[in-house]
Amino acid sequence: MTASRSYVIDDREKGLFLLDRSVHVSEDILREEMEKIFSKCWIYAGHASELKKNGDFVTRKVAGRPIIFSRDQKGAIHCLFNTCRHRGAIVCADRTGNARRFMCAYHGWSYNNDGALARVPGEDAYPEAFDKSTLGLKRPAKFESYRGFWFLNLDPHAVPLLEYLGKTTDYIDLVIDQSPSGEMEILPGTQEYDVNANWKLMVENSVDDYHLPTTHSTWLNFMRNSGVVMEPPKEKGMVLPTKGYAIDLGAGHFTTDNINFRGRPVAKWIPLYGEAARPEMDAIRAELMERLGPERAARVCDTNRNLVIFPNLVINDGSSVTVRTFYPEGVDKMHVTAWALGPVEESESARARRLDAFLTFYGPGGFATPDDVEALEMVQKGLANWQDDRWSEMSRGMGREGSEQLNSDEFHLRLFWRKWNEMMGGAA
Amino acid sequence: MSAAATRAAVEDFLFHEAELLDNWRLNEWEKLLTDDASYYIPPNDDLEGSHRTTLFIIADDRERIRQRVIRVLDPNCHAEYPKSRLSRILGNVRIAADGDGFVTATGNFIAHRYRRYERMGEYVGSFRYILKRHGESFLIKERRMFLKSHELGSLGSVSFIL
Repeated sequence: MTASRSYVIDDREKGLFLLDRSVHVSEDILREEMEKIFSKCWIYAGHASELKKNGDFVTRKVAGRPIIFSRDQKGAIHCLFNTCRHRGAIVCADRTGNARRFMCAYHGWSYNNDGALARVPGEDAYPEAFDKSTLGLKRPAKFESYRGFWFLNLDPHAVPLLEYLGKTTDYIDLVIDQSPSGEMEILPGTQEYDVNANWKLMVENSVDDYHLPTTHSTWLNFMRNSGVVMEPPKEKGMVLPTKGYAIDLGAGHFTTDNINFRGRPVAKWIPLYGEAARPEMDAIRAELMERLGPERAARVCDTNRNLVIFPNLVINDGSSVTVRTFYPEGVDKMHVTAWALGPVEESESARARRLDAFLTFYGPGGFATPDDVEALEMVQKGLANWQDDRWSEMSRGMGREGSEQLNSDEFHLRLFWRKWNEMMGGAA
Repeated sequence: MSAAATRAAVEDFLFHEAELLDNWRLNEWEKLLTDDASYYIPPNDDLEGSHRTTLFIIADDRERIRQRVIRVLDPNCHAEYPKSRLSRILGNVRIAADGDGFVTATGNFIAHRYRRYERMGEYVGSFRYILKRHGESFLIKERRMFLKSHELGSLGSVSFIL
């Protein structure tokens, strides 16, 4: 165990914020994170739309735990540990599918899709005390949802999900408002890739707009080549054509909230989408105005937001909507899973536009994400000097805290690190 | 009407393309494309999906390919600076269809990518090309690369032209 000390130097009088680089390289810290962060926080497990029919299931690893995310024959959604109660094998080897039962391939114990132990081969050999009703698949201490987003919690004493999410629900609602019926779905096609960097670097990167002009200069160039007009920044501190803010949502959650310049498949047209897209996009905007009123509709159409739900769920409502989560697989490696999200009733052409817009920026073949991955890996490489070059400088925008914070400041990154430091037992 | 396309002719063309791609001669490579060419990499978990309904890794039309080439040749494309060293082997080439001026060819590929002195990535899969007859040779109307790994995983990204 590491001694009680602070991982940050947070001097608000001087306006100085430094981060101890050991947080990205220490094996001890990673072990502590699994216990103090991933076993205490609400962790995103899956979206209800991945389980459309009764019997549908998805298996994945969440916070290092193999789980089965399943919808039973009555339509109820479960999160089951994918571990046989008999001798511990996973009971489902498929990634997705539809099944009434999961049968362990080792000795044949089978479980219903609600987790109950249904059948044990040669049951007559067991003593009388053997009670199948106590041998259903185990599950995380808590499992709750907000508007289709399901989270698990390994801590039986955790606060309810809604309380944990706090003000982030306003921003989740803003994403879901794209859908006339209030229902979004995860689209087919999963992007799963590793990044050779500490997982917390992805939290920073997901909301850090300071890096856009340098890391993503080729993307900005592509936008320009595609007819998107980008004026130079107009105010002090700005690095992008339009103004954007960093917003504290409490409890380690935060978001950017930016006036859009990069286009939005719902429903801010840019030349990249082509003239033919205009009438339909006008109609989508008109529906939003009608349904939500001009002010809220403008929020949906003309602002983009990258939301972090502590510790590791990112919902980027930017060039398209992506839901992204990531887990450490060692101090210098993370596994990223990313999906696209869209309104369930979207037309074929609007859906195609949403998916195409996604690829202009996001994902392993996108025009921006591969450069983010490269930047994070370059950080991890540089951190090999951590013992002799101990602190990362993260004071950008300090001294103005309490007033307006820009998306290109590091205010929101500091929110993450303060919360992380607190949960890890670092002194304030 | 030209005679049926031979596997040798298709292979010659594909091997030439592979050489250009491996050596980052992308402006020459673009000349092998039709004006309406497209380039697809479907997601590992939905190889037969359509890019209009499924999130792909890459789904480029001709203009997007042009922009991709500009991007990857720019020294500010950090994912490909310095340029990865690439080596691809094509095999099992077969002609799946031939008619109306177009030839569909399928086969397998192994592409090795060496990155920054330290990482080697092995991209393995199959391909399906729709080639347009062009004199004695062909132009590429569509190239579709199918990655066989269950997920991209340790390969990280597809920042070069696969």
